[in-house]
Amino acid sequence: MSLLAPVRSLPGLAALTTLLMGVALMLALIVAPEDADQGVSQRIFYIHVPIALTAYFCFALGAWKALLLLARGDERYDLESYVAIHQGTIFGSLTLLTGSIWAKASWGIWWTWSSNQLVLFLVLFLFYCAYFMLRFSLEDGPQRGRTCAVYALFGVALIPVSFLAIRMAQDFIHPTVFTRHGPQMSGSMFTAFCFCWAAVTLLAYLLYRVELAGKRVDANLRELREALQ
Amino acid sequence: MSYVADVAVLARKDLKVELRARDTLPAMLLFVLSTLVVFRFALSKETGDDAAYGLLWIAIVFTALLGLSRAWVPEHEHGVLDGLLLAPCDRSAIWLGKSLATLAFLLAAQAVALPIFALFFAPLDATALAGVLLADIGICAVGSLVAAMAAAGRARELLLPLLLLPLTIPLVVGGVGAAISPEEGRFLLLLALYDGIFAVLSWASFEFVVTE
Amino acid sequence: MTQGQYVAAAYGVVFVFVLAYVAIIAAKLARLQRQTTELLRLAQRRQQPDRETADAGPREVLHEA
Repeated sequence: MSLLAPVRSLPGLAALTTLLMGVALMLALIVAPEDADQGVSQRIFYIHVPIALTAYFCFALGAWKALLLLARGDERYDLESYVAIHQGTIFGSLTLLTGSIWAKASWGIWWTWSSNQLVLFLVLFLFYCAYFMLRFSLEDGPQRGRTCAVYALFGVALIPVSFLAIRMAQDFIHPTVFTRHGPQMSGSMFTAFCFCWAAVTLLAYLLYRVELAGKRVDANLRELREALQ
Repeated sequence: MSYVADVAVLARKDLKVELRARDTLPAMLLFVLSTLVVFRFALSKETGDDAAYGLLWIAIVFTALLGLSRAWVPEHEHGVLDGLLLAPCDRSAIWLGKSLATLAFLLAAQAVALPIFALFFAPLDATALAGVLLADIGICAVGSLVAAMAAAGRARELLLPLLLLPLTIPLVVGGVGAAISPEEGRFLLLLALYDGIFAVLSWASFEFVVTE
Repeated sequence: MTQGQYVAAAYGVVFVFVLAYVAIIAAKLARLQRQTTELLRLAQRRQQPDRETADAGPREVLHEA
């Protein structure tokens, strides 16, 4: 309980995120040794992979909240699910950008269909953009919440199935020649990676909380205006 | 058993409506034929059969989209959906009936299109046909749910392809793989897995999409 | 570009995204500030109903704004 206290209050969470992000960036960019095979460009790994994992986490959180909405019918889960998916889409686009830069740095090309991770994120990016289109096309109300929740649940089912499909499609799109991760990570590299992962996860959670707080202030203001007029 | 009877009645209702109005099926037939003819000119002479199978899948997905975009129109135009929701049947039976009716339309369109594809482009073997059938089931199962979502929105015809296309990517991979890959069994398995997961998900969640 | 520049670009992209987020939140905060000020004036007007009946001018102005 006391350990979680800074995470519960928004300023505490922000301070913790800042601290952890500072440490993580120092470990990733300065302390961690340079990779013997890939050289300095391997350092992109410390930001790209945590962002990708965080995006999955956000999508899963959004689907979990969607499930809670469908099971319990509490309206607040609708907003939470939407905000989590919004965060996931932001981190998903960042995964595409950093992954693209990494592909250019290590293979000399901006895009490759043989990187399963990148292709999967492209599919997910399209899927969740459609989620927003759906959300903005429906009229506000409980039915919109439930419809979006169902679509969000489809998203988490799509992730493993697409990943499988994309892996299998390699056979006829392009032979697999690249392996992304180096075979081994030294101890200090692994520490840096863990710190980065924790920092990026906290950053996503912070942004999620900030956006949620903003949306709730919005809703409160709307009610206040109706009460006053 | 009454569930099966409900589904049969609902599917038969859609087929009857189509037989009277003839809105959807002729359009799907003509669309898939003209798409195949257009593709004939889009391919160069040196292109192998593999590219033709890819184009066949584009034609199938877009034909299904065309049929699905019309799927819930009668329900919304005449307020049928409200009546169906009041009827003493399980809500998921409405979804299942619609999926079966759409599947029937799609199969009818393919019964004409696939022989023509085999004639114009490349031969189709049994596994390719099995892939088509499995993918049809997946498209219709997911499609009738997503079409119901899109039908409630403002720009329904515009929304449906956006919602459905990302969901069909595994189906296209499985279908093309079943046609061209030497290890076609794995791709049929992928299609069956997709059908299982998404059919159960659509079946369970349809009620939430249509309930006011 | 050198490898080091690519690393800088990858981290820079993330930094720019976070900054863009700050900018969006800033815009939102400005809007919230405007709205709360408006509501505050509305509430203050409520507390002095006699002045409002004497002079209907400000309420009209507020509605048009």
